[in-house]
Amino acid sequence: MTTMVQAQSSGGLFGFLDRSRTIAKPGFSRWMVPPAALCVHLCIGQAYAFSVFNLPMTKLIGITQSAPNDWNIPELGWIFSVGIFVLGFSAAIFGRWVEEGGPRRAMFTAALCWAGGFLISAIGVYVHNLWVIYFGYGLVGGCGLGIGYISPVSTLIKWFPDRPGMATGMAIMGFGGGAFIASPLSVWLMSRFSTATHVGVAETFIVMGVIYLVFMMVGAFLVRVPAPDWKPEGYTPPVVEQKLITRSDVYVYDALRTPQFWCIWIILCVNVTAGIGVIGQASAMSQEMFPGKVTAIAAAGFVGLMSLFNMAGRFFWASTSDYIGRKNTYFVFMVLGFFLYCAVPTTGSLGSVAAFVLCFLVIISMYGGGFATVPAYLRDMFGTRYVGAIHGLLITAWSMAGIFGPVLVNYIREYNITHGVPKAQAYNVTMYIMAGLFVIGFVANLLIRAVDKRFHMVPDREKALVTAAAAGRERTDRQAARREVR
Amino acid sequence: MTSANQNGTPAWQLVLAWGFVGVPLAWGVAQTIANAMKLFQ
Repeated sequence: MTTMVQAQSSGGLFGFLDRSRTIAKPGFSRWMVPPAALCVHLCIGQAYAFSVFNLPMTKLIGITQSAPNDWNIPELGWIFSVGIFVLGFSAAIFGRWVEEGGPRRAMFTAALCWAGGFLISAIGVYVHNLWVIYFGYGLVGGCGLGIGYISPVSTLIKWFPDRPGMATGMAIMGFGGGAFIASPLSVWLMSRFSTATHVGVAETFIVMGVIYLVFMMVGAFLVRVPAPDWKPEGYTPPVVEQKLITRSDVYVYDALRTPQFWCIWIILCVNVTAGIGVIGQASAMSQEMFPGKVTAIAAAGFVGLMSLFNMAGRFFWASTSDYIGRKNTYFVFMVLGFFLYCAVPTTGSLGSVAAFVLCFLVIISMYGGGFATVPAYLRDMFGTRYVGAIHGLLITAWSMAGIFGPVLVNYIREYNITHGVPKAQAYNVTMYIMAGLFVIGFVANLLIRAVDKRFHMVPDREKALVTAAAAGRERTDRQAARREVR
Repeated sequence: MTSANQNGTPAWQLVLAWGFVGVPLAWGVAQTIANAMKLFQ
């Protein structure tokens, strides 16, 4: 991969994508970088709003209602699932390439994949072949999701060594906010393109693909990396070494051998499992726990409010972590999450909608906060050099949680209802299980210590000296051996 | 090396860049808040 990057670095048609061509000139404002990152994250955040296409896509043939040959919701649900699954694994597979190739190359590639995914899906809708959409949005678009998600992380951390949590929080907030734009935009576009004989999904995919391509390309051209020895004006790295913030770097695949990586993996998996399970069921859960009090329209409002807190929590908690520390932030998530999940069944039995809503808004803010704070946690543990690639490997926890969370909520609810538990109490067991998950997360967080020095990378200069010394020793040994032979 | 002039990037470029992402995001947030208000009706 390094060879490939070096070969590509020599210039040529895509030379403008090189890391070396993105090094900022003196005087470049670091505040230009968060908008570049947001250009990418606001676009790929559309994934959260894909469900707006589900209903129209069940009527592509029947138009007003589903025809026998039309696709059904479970079949369509796989498009999102494949996309999120591929997100995790492409981030893990391409993480090192993203890190070594630089942010512009990664953003450019993500833009092509993401927009390409939409255009391929438009063909899938046009020829009415679901496999083409699985391939387009799920596989190709999923690669765009994974590469795009991690592409600006290490760059932002390098530009904001004084506020890494806030910087990555801003970008990852964009991923939460992308759905706010995509959802009304998709609905509006479909209404413009729909006719009496046509639903307008394919045209909407094409327009959105083009818009996302342009938007993400702007991000790719705006992004800059700081010069190697750059630091913010007036910033002096802390003189006293902090136990849980390393100054050394850990090589991407060595990070996998550390217990710290797997502890953070468990923490993220737990936090996401707890959040993702209720996101999908929030509307139904609020109506079933408060029958007659929460209408379908009010439940939709609740879901909207949750999305806002999901987005705001990303910025709020990640920024807070710069002041209270990453480990303490996750302690807050785990302890508060435990008590809030335990309190949810009580809010149901008390019939307090306000308390129920408050519990879930805080929980969902911490769900977003967990995503946004984790890159800075990784940077504290493993240094900045491979943080993007290590973050990519960690995203597999999200893929796993995407399966665990909904399964826990949906299947336990079904089991309870079929065993005679009233619908209003059908979620109680799940809530206690979620609270139990936070105990596991708490223990994993408690176990985190500084990474052992044996995993630290030897700095380049030191490495060069060691190599030169070893080469010198080898030469002397060979000369001595020759003398002995003579 | 510290940056010689942190404000070397013209202010209009910063405004343009933030506006480019901020305006669509603000529009989306406003739409979502309008929908979320239904919870309190």
